[in-house]
Amino acid sequence: MTPFTLRQADEQDQTLNPGMSPDLATTSPQHKKAELTLVSRTTQIKERALSLLFFLCAIVAVLGVVLIFAFVAVKAVPLFKDIGFLNFIAGTKWSVAQSKFGVVPFIVGSLVVTVGALAIGAPLAILTALFLSEVAGPRARAVIRPAVELLAGIPSVVYGFFGVTVIAPVVGRLFGGAGFGPLTAWIVLSIMIVPTIAMLSEDALDSIPMGIREASFAMGATQWQTIYKVVLPAAKIGIIDATILGMGRAIGETMAVLMIVGNAPQMFAGLTKPIATLTSQIVLGMGYASGDFQTALFGMAALLFIISMGLVLTVRLLSRSKREEGQGA
Amino acid sequence: MALDPLVAGVPTPAITHDSTAYSTPLVSVAEDTTFFVRNMEFFYGDFHALTGVSLDIHGGAITALIGPSGCGKSTFLRCLNRMNDLIAGTKIEGSVLFGGADIYGSGVDPVDLRRRVGMIFQQPNPFPQSIYDNVAFGPRLQGIRKKSELDAIVEDSLKRANLWKEVKDILGRNGLAISGGQQQRLCIARVLAVEPDVLLMDEPCSAIDPTSVQKIEDLMAEIKDEVTTIIVTHNMQQAARVSDYTSFFLQEVAGEPAVLVESGKTNDIFTTPLDKRTEDYITGRFG
Ligand SMILES: Nc1ncnc2c1ncn2[C@@H]1O[C@H](COP(=O)(O)OP(=O)(O)OP(=O)(O)O)[C@@H](O)[C@H]1O
Ligand SMILES: [Mg+2]
Repeated sequence: MTPFTLRQADEQDQTLNPGMSPDLATTSPQHKKAELTLVSRTTQIKERALSLLFFLCAIVAVLGVVLIFAFVAVKAVPLFKDIGFLNFIAGTKWSVAQSKFGVVPFIVGSLVVTVGALAIGAPLAILTALFLSEVAGPRARAVIRPAVELLAGIPSVVYGFFGVTVIAPVVGRLFGGAGFGPLTAWIVLSIMIVPTIAMLSEDALDSIPMGIREASFAMGATQWQTIYKVVLPAAKIGIIDATILGMGRAIGETMAVLMIVGNAPQMFAGLTKPIATLTSQIVLGMGYASGDFQTALFGMAALLFIISMGLVLTVRLLSRSKREEGQGA
Repeated sequence: MALDPLVAGVPTPAITHDSTAYSTPLVSVAEDTTFFVRNMEFFYGDFHALTGVSLDIHGGAITALIGPSGCGKSTFLRCLNRMNDLIAGTKIEGSVLFGGADIYGSGVDPVDLRRRVGMIFQQPNPFPQSIYDNVAFGPRLQGIRKKSELDAIVEDSLKRANLWKEVKDILGRNGLAISGGQQQRLCIARVLAVEPDVLLMDEPCSAIDPTSVQKIEDLMAEIKDEVTTIIVTHNMQQAARVSDYTSFFLQEVAGEPAVLVESGKTNDIFTTPLDKRTEDYITGRFG
């Protein structure tokens, strides 16, 4: 770091510390001529203190992640010895009474619920984002955007409640049964992930320079062609990021899923047959589990942790590849 | 040629050196007239930006639009391919004929008009796609799918835009990953690929390096016979160098609409302007 730097105005600091700069000035007297103002000592100290503070905050966040993972992992480790890793990860039967802790039904459950919710929610969200960013006039935008944002702020227990009292009865009447199962979860979860994906996709779309849309129109492209051939490809990575984050939300969602998925620890067997997911099963067992049962739950938690870490990593890799592409091959 | 009734009986435009163009006023549009503009008024919402603009744009020639900042040069230019339609609250009055047809007539498709009247912007704006895809964009819109055909169009357009030599080995590279001047020529190639009749250029050289400026001026001269070009420029030397005709716009009072002060052969405008204001501007007394 250089001891001085070009500044526009630092008179305040100078007058507050009249004794500070002269000694620096004497070490390099020629700079008086160049009219460079010296950075005062207090400014330096303030800036050091601030960067230290930021660093500490960052450390706390990192420590939190590491500690939680370490805790979960340590609790899950006996799994290898007591249950057997293969019995756990590839076992298709879950029965606490028989000490069978195969989590395949829950992995499949989480997968079914997530993929279905994404299949419905992502197109809905991306179309919403496209509408907001490309089509809507200021008035429509002023109504729809806050509505979407509000959707993000609704607590998941309310979504669950909505699923139990509105969606499940309808599904039950149409397809038989009580209406608790993957289909109901898809409908509710897809609404829940719309704001995440829509808002992030809209950011991605808004960050595309106006100039390329103008260029496309000036080339004689219609609005649809402009969206399809210019805007969407340009925002592709951002929209994929948004979808992955929405996927994370769907996998991790617990309360609403717990309320509507039926909570039967059995393999997926149809859209209206009750199932359970990794998250819902953890919550159900958490209160009373002990021994191998508890170990299995921690194993499931670790699994969730790894899955979401994988998603975050994917997002990072994608945005890095995008940056490189922008700089040219 | 059938004429829009709107046009009948409108007065002749502002001072002009080129009397032949208007000698048989408004009965027919002169053969070499690409754009025929009469009594154009333009509004951005409540703001009246241009008034009483009447101008003939000669085909197969280069016309320069000059004038101080904010005098409506871009506005006028964007009326010619209806890009102003995209700005909410704009309104245009008067007539703008292109090849004898009213481009603001009912039922006219602005999309088709823009295919024939291409535009280059001040900031190069290639799509974030490969150089090849940028140039093939327009032909693909028109339904050309055959690889060999596209290859030929891409090569030909890049050659005409004086860019081929520099990019022929990197056609797969992102259009944003080349220099600004190259990007601007890429944009020109992209427009030329659809064989437009007219090229509108809004200060195409103000944000790029001198070598590229030279190449763009060269290519303008080279394509002049096939593509009528209208260029907005703040650079008097450039206007004098490249153009055959020059039009001078001026907004005399801030907040009042701008007018077209004078039009004519570039040589006449720069040597013997008829209007004092033109002379003042050209000799650098304001603007
Ligand atoms: N989208 C818009 N909405 C409202 N007013 C506008 C808009 N675009 C331009 N104007 C106004 O219209 C007038 C003419 O603008 P225009 O951009 O056509 O000028 P110009 O001659 O191209 O200027 P420059 O040389 O700086 O590019 C200016 O007063 C400008 O402020
Ligand atoms: Mg302009």
